[in-house]
Amino acid sequence: MSSTELRRTALDALHRSLGATMTDFAGWDMPLRYGSERDEHNAVRTRAGLFDLSHMGEITVTGPQAAALLDYALVGNIGGVKPGRARYTMICREDGGILDDLIVYRLGGTEAPEYLVVANASNAQVVLDALVERSAGFDAEVRDDRDAYALLAVQGPESPSILASLTDADLDGLKYYAGLPGTVAGVPALIARTGYTGEDGFELFVKPEHAVEVWQALTKAGEGAGLVPCGLSCRDTLRLEAGMPLYGHELTTSLTPFDAGLGRVVKFEKEGDFVGRAALAEAAARAEQNPPRVLVGLVAEGRRVPRAGYAVVAGGEVIGEVTSGAPSPTLGKPIAMAYVDAAHAAPGTEGVGVDIRGSHEPYEVVALPFYQRRK
Amino acid sequence: MSNPQQLRYSKEHEWLSAAEDGVSTVGITEHAANALGDVVFVQLPEVGDSVTAGETCGELESTKSVSDLYSPVSGEITEVNEDVVNDPSLVNSAPFEGGWLFKVRVTDEPADLLTAAEYDAHIAG
Repeated sequence: MSSTELRRTALDALHRSLGATMTDFAGWDMPLRYGSERDEHNAVRTRAGLFDLSHMGEITVTGPQAAALLDYALVGNIGGVKPGRARYTMICREDGGILDDLIVYRLGGTEAPEYLVVANASNAQVVLDALVERSAGFDAEVRDDRDAYALLAVQGPESPSILASLTDADLDGLKYYAGLPGTVAGVPALIARTGYTGEDGFELFVKPEHAVEVWQALTKAGEGAGLVPCGLSCRDTLRLEAGMPLYGHELTTSLTPFDAGLGRVVKFEKEGDFVGRAALAEAAARAEQNPPRVLVGLVAEGRRVPRAGYAVVAGGEVIGEVTSGAPSPTLGKPIAMAYVDAAHAAPGTEGVGVDIRGSHEPYEVVALPFYQRRK
Repeated sequence: MSNPQQLRYSKEHEWLSAAEDGVSTVGITEHAANALGDVVFVQLPEVGDSVTAGETCGELESTKSVSDLYSPVSGEITEVNEDVVNDPSLVNSAPFEGGWLFKVRVTDEPADLLTAAEYDAHIAG
């Protein structure tokens, strides 16, 4: 493994000074964990955690027809997103296969609409290329802003009070899936109430040259509240407990949003055509009448951990495949998400197991998510 | 991190204590424990099992991965650490002490076990 070709975030030196174990994630050298990933996970569930997510891919769409372009290029109703709000959506191929899942933030006023599209690091180029291609004929500009932002996230129940001490922005008025421009620790930031942990929290888009001072200010402000730096390892177990899909695992080009149980993101009622409409209409009908496989949760009765790619079995037959699996710090047991045949997908279905390196370990089929925070 | 002088080491990151009455204690090194991350499940051989140097005899699961456990020597298992089975985090918190894995009556050992200094160089390289 050569680390010389990996991209480094603006916080790279800081991660190293904190003793982070680094990992190659989608071509980026990212913190996997700083100490114990279980402690980091529990800090986010009970107090607060600070993440560097600068690998995420930002794309800005502007111009008079920015909304029309996004309504055509994506499956969601982007024209209906009000200024200051955000939407979870997907970009699909003409055949309905998922290219990526995205968050789209509507910035700017009604005069000059501007949208910030945030793609997964592994798909940022694919999404950028697709948006550029699909923008033909629209009076809109698609701009690669991957290098324009560093992205920090502060997540967990203590995150509102920590962030409030560093900003004049009205955090109480900032709802889940909303974002507004403001300042954090004296520097300009897009402050968004979004996350990938199942907890309350914020994602802060700042200029890369401001990333270190914002990180340090958050660290200092969070000292008394138990905030700790958190790596991608606990981000994965946090999102898994929250039943959130990860591209490359629960979402792939060979699945439509309907196959992934996320058909609600496809808005057939919006005006005009959009890429994938015909194929997605067929997929919707198929999922309703005769679903091929269904995404379910699995909870281990034993202690061996299911991993992505392991077969789900019942009566000696393969009935599905694990897409993500990990020991759950909150449940204290191994958990997994898996696609299983519809006949075995009902919560409580008897006799379901996972083939863990040749031995069939019993698992309970449960509804997702595994964990939901109290509101 | 310091690797205790009195132990010997395998290139697969197991440590082996000096034999007492022909029985040595085996664990994994702090370097290995750090590389694994939080260990959540330990599968050990059973008392009476024969193990062979360099062959797998169990597994260690961490949050991100599962790894084979190799025996650094050949012999018969005389005791396994039930504490570490019940609380696998001992592998992380005390890899050279409370996180030991098993004891083995040594019948044969490979010639390439490392001294602490040699193991230091092995993990630095």
